[in-house]
Amino acid sequence: MGGAHGHRLHFHGHSPVHRAPAHLKVVALVVYMLGVVALPLSWWPALVAAALLLAGVVASSRVPPTYLLKRMVVETPVVVSAVLLPLVAHGPRTELLGVEVSESGLHAGAKLLVSATLGVLASLTLAATTEAQDLLRGLTRLRVPSLLVQIMGFMVRYLEVVTDDLRRMKVARESRGFSARDPRQWPVLARSAGALFIRSFERGERVHLAMLSRGYTGTLPPGRAE
Amino acid sequence: MHVPDGFLDAPTSVATGVVAAVGIGVALRKARHELDDRTAPLAGLVAAFVFATQMLNFPVAGGTSGHLMGGAIAAVLVGPWTGVLVTSVVFAVQALLFADGGITALGTNIVLMGLTTVAVGWLVFRGLQAVLPKTLGWVPVAAGVAAFVSVPVASLVFVGLYAVGGTADIPLGTLTGAMVGVHLLIGLGEGVITFLAVGSILAVRPDLVRGAWPVLAARTLEVRPAKATATGTPA
Repeated sequence: MGGAHGHRLHFHGHSPVHRAPAHLKVVALVVYMLGVVALPLSWWPALVAAALLLAGVVASSRVPPTYLLKRMVVETPVVVSAVLLPLVAHGPRTELLGVEVSESGLHAGAKLLVSATLGVLASLTLAATTEAQDLLRGLTRLRVPSLLVQIMGFMVRYLEVVTDDLRRMKVARESRGFSARDPRQWPVLARSAGALFIRSFERGERVHLAMLSRGYTGTLPPGRAE
Repeated sequence: MHVPDGFLDAPTSVATGVVAAVGIGVALRKARHELDDRTAPLAGLVAAFVFATQMLNFPVAGGTSGHLMGGAIAAVLVGPWTGVLVTSVVFAVQALLFADGGITALGTNIVLMGLTTVAVGWLVFRGLQAVLPKTLGWVPVAAGVAAFVSVPVASLVFVGLYAVGGTADIPLGTLTGAMVGVHLLIGLGEGVITFLAVGSILAVRPDLVRGAWPVLAARTLEVRPAKATATGTPA
């Protein structure tokens, strides 16, 4: 597991956005999204400008828009709540497509939809153009405490190992005729979760011992520059 | 579900971000106590575990399913301070590498599903442990109840945040009723799964369940003299 390799959302490329330092990208994302969240809907020209800015960044990253659009399904539950807001909120009523809805709810729903859509797209762009290792180095440069960055590093590094463990357990369960249909199968699934915890914790202990035997003293040497 | 960008206004998001940062700062100091220099690799692996269990779907009925949020179980398994670090790292990685949960809502998500569920889970767990019999059999029960309580409390905190920084005019009574009602059900699932999972870990490696340490420490070595039985000599 030595070299950096792409995580699940990463899209390999060499565009200016890919090459931009990760710490700048994280700061840009936070500032951009705080701006979007703070802008009221009545300032819609500014929101349109923000959307165009993001579109420009996406275009210059040369990540295919379809690649990002397909992954925007994570936004689905947000869309549902955005649609529900005008129906459940109170206050002055207004009419939309022949349905009487709450004015404040309509505003809040639209605002939520705009912010969340820009937020998901911007976060996807960051994830698609940034290697996990670069992101970790960027967070270190942003003075995120080193222990926290180390924990994050170990999590990212072993994420696929642990989720693969879980997948193998699923294959093992199902090849024995198990299928989860209702809560009666919970004990089996919970035992899988328990086994996964024990395996992960023991793996952590082995990793720690392996690191100690290689001279680990509590801090990691800075990663090689790629 | 993670809170997305734009659900709460910017000042509230920034305020929860500050609260989350302070909470993580305290946890960073205290967690060294719980795991010493093993903190980084072990907490990292436990974070990967929490992330993975969120992918383990528990079928409910009619094609719907849920998954563990994991704050309370993390607190019982690795202690509250490490639990805070682990859940916070999970949300940060989800926001930065998986576009799951808004970046401006990261503080809110950490406060709700990290700090709150871990703190409530741990306090309820400890409280129950004080009154329940100190045997290993009761540890999963206390963990399950703690997990059950932690979920609706987190939803109440969300209602509180929405009252301060929400954008739509939803009567607080309605919102509280709906949120707490739904999350009582979700909490029920969280409680049962936590109970079952902690029980299965206790059966194999009780020493890995931090919440069980007081019980394990109270156990004394029991010497049972071999009974001279009629069945013959011991092997």
